[in-house]
Amino acid sequence: MTGIITLKIAMRALIRNKARSLLTALGIIIGIAAVIAVVAVGQGASVTMQKQINSMGNNLLIIFPGSQKAGGFHGGAGTQQTLTAEDGEAILKECPLVRAMTPLVRSGAQCIYRENDWATSVQGVDVSYQEVRGWDVASGSFFTDSDVRSASRVCVIGKTVAEQLFQGEDPVNQTIRIKNMPFRVMGVMTSKGSAAWGQDQDDTIIAPYTTVRRVLQNSAFNNVSQLMLSLISMDILPQAKEEISQILRQRHRLNASTDNDFTLTDMTEVTQMITQVSSLMTMLLTVIASISLVVGGIGIMNIMLVAVSERTREIGLRLAIGARRRDILMQFLAEAVALSGAGGLIGIALGISTANIIARINHWPVMVSPGAVLIALTFSAGVGIFFGFYPAWRAARLNPIESLRRE
Amino acid sequence: MLIALRQISKVYHMEEVDVPALQGVSTNIAAGEFVAIMGHSGSGKSTLLNLLGCLDRPDSGTYLLDGCEVDRLGSDALAAIRNRKIGFVFQNFNLLPRTTALENVELPLYYGPKISSAERHDRARTLLIRLGLKDRLGHHPGQLSGGQQQRVAIARALVNQPPLILADEPTGNLDSRSADDIMALFQELNREGITIVMVTHEPDIARFAKRVIQMKDGKIV
Repeated sequence: MTGIITLKIAMRALIRNKARSLLTALGIIIGIAAVIAVVAVGQGASVTMQKQINSMGNNLLIIFPGSQKAGGFHGGAGTQQTLTAEDGEAILKECPLVRAMTPLVRSGAQCIYRENDWATSVQGVDVSYQEVRGWDVASGSFFTDSDVRSASRVCVIGKTVAEQLFQGEDPVNQTIRIKNMPFRVMGVMTSKGSAAWGQDQDDTIIAPYTTVRRVLQNSAFNNVSQLMLSLISMDILPQAKEEISQILRQRHRLNASTDNDFTLTDMTEVTQMITQVSSLMTMLLTVIASISLVVGGIGIMNIMLVAVSERTREIGLRLAIGARRRDILMQFLAEAVALSGAGGLIGIALGISTANIIARINHWPVMVSPGAVLIALTFSAGVGIFFGFYPAWRAARLNPIESLRRE
Repeated sequence: MLIALRQISKVYHMEEVDVPALQGVSTNIAAGEFVAIMGHSGSGKSTLLNLLGCLDRPDSGTYLLDGCEVDRLGSDALAAIRNRKIGFVFQNFNLLPRTTALENVELPLYYGPKISSAERHDRARTLLIRLGLKDRLGHHPGQLSGGQQQRVAIARALVNQPPLILADEPTGNLDSRSADDIMALFQELNREGITIVMVTHEPDIARFAKRVIQMKDGKIV
């Protein structure tokens, strides 16, 4: 007998006992469906998180000024005002691993356009901010190098600010008042959505850092709140950190016994946390899936043992008309595998639709991975072979004479 | 000689008691014979039939079937012999329930050399039509009378065109009219050259055979 015919005959035998087959396969169906659904939702969430982290910028590395230390007393990060735009330019020039750099100074501000007002944050940056954050203007244009050099009162606004202040009007080339000083709006940024921690990245105004420092902060100092760097690749992150530290230590004239007066921060920690959470989820799911598959498998074994004893006469007859013991073994093994395999298929279908329903209701993204589907199918078939073997072996061992005599 | 038995012995071991079922049985059955094996229960006739059908092996002695020393063969080879050289007919028909007459007749073809499903259907249908079951091809055993069920079983026995048919009380579950019909069918098949060995305890049925072998206490008398 060929494999296909064996499987076909097995399917027919299962269809003859529809209700029983369905109930037996239910354990497998539920187990597989649960795993597929939860994996799909989990992967969807993880991909979304990853996307949000990537929206922070291209291979982003941020340098904050270090904490102030005086007489054993530690201030918070950023309390020391040592970092300057010149530090950033030096890094860009001396470290080939850095692709782009922008200083960043922050200021909160009340903005007014006609009768509308909106409190938001103003980020003072350089032109290369676009490249560092991978963020383009949607309409109008970004400010230029000469705007930065001359500290012009120009700005680019985020989508949320555009909506709040202009309410449908075209903001480009309009003048808004920030802290009561007129700024010309040169462009509107594309929407970036919310960051990994939920902050609206579009609720911001971007202006030349020189302008923000001089006009909004009214500061005569050169220091910046952070330097944002874009590395050529995330693979060289440790090396880049090392080189940048060296450059900064040299520029800040720190001797070997002094701590860094700056902090380098990248997104790997956040990424690691997400990876950890998702791998924990995967482990938990694997345990749940294994338990449900084992329970389902025992159900299959049980019903196959019943089938073998119910069909003892059939087995005797098949042996009498020329079936080899191997044929009988394969027949019952095929039934067990067909049962668990069909259960696996139904489970996959059920799992995918459940995931989609969850996605529809909660507006979560779901991602059904082909890998998970393949593994689910392989495992369900494997369960059939493992738990179907003993009943099939018992069937193949039956004595044909006694089997034929059985009423 | 189709069947040659030499000094066949078989002992059943039952709870510390040895029950001798066959004690040195020797006989020949030529191709084309129609033999009835008669005897009381316990005479060893069923054991003999099981040995002839290669379902069991003798403890000692030799059994030549169609020139082949079958008591030396492995279980796969015996299965092949059962499939190709022997057709079984049982008292209780042993048809698969909830399976059509056609599918029941096709069953032995799955265990033989590979043939197309079209040819499988064709051979089963031809036989069933020949045995007068043209309108019953798609019926399940439960929808057939006893005589009809036994005809389906005979068609199943014939589908691989074996030289030998072994029948164990083939009329035991049938009324006398159906029994006569089945015996007439056996005679017809026998005329066509098929060897038939049949176990029965009814003299009326044994009458249809050309030769009767009487058994008593595991020996031919």
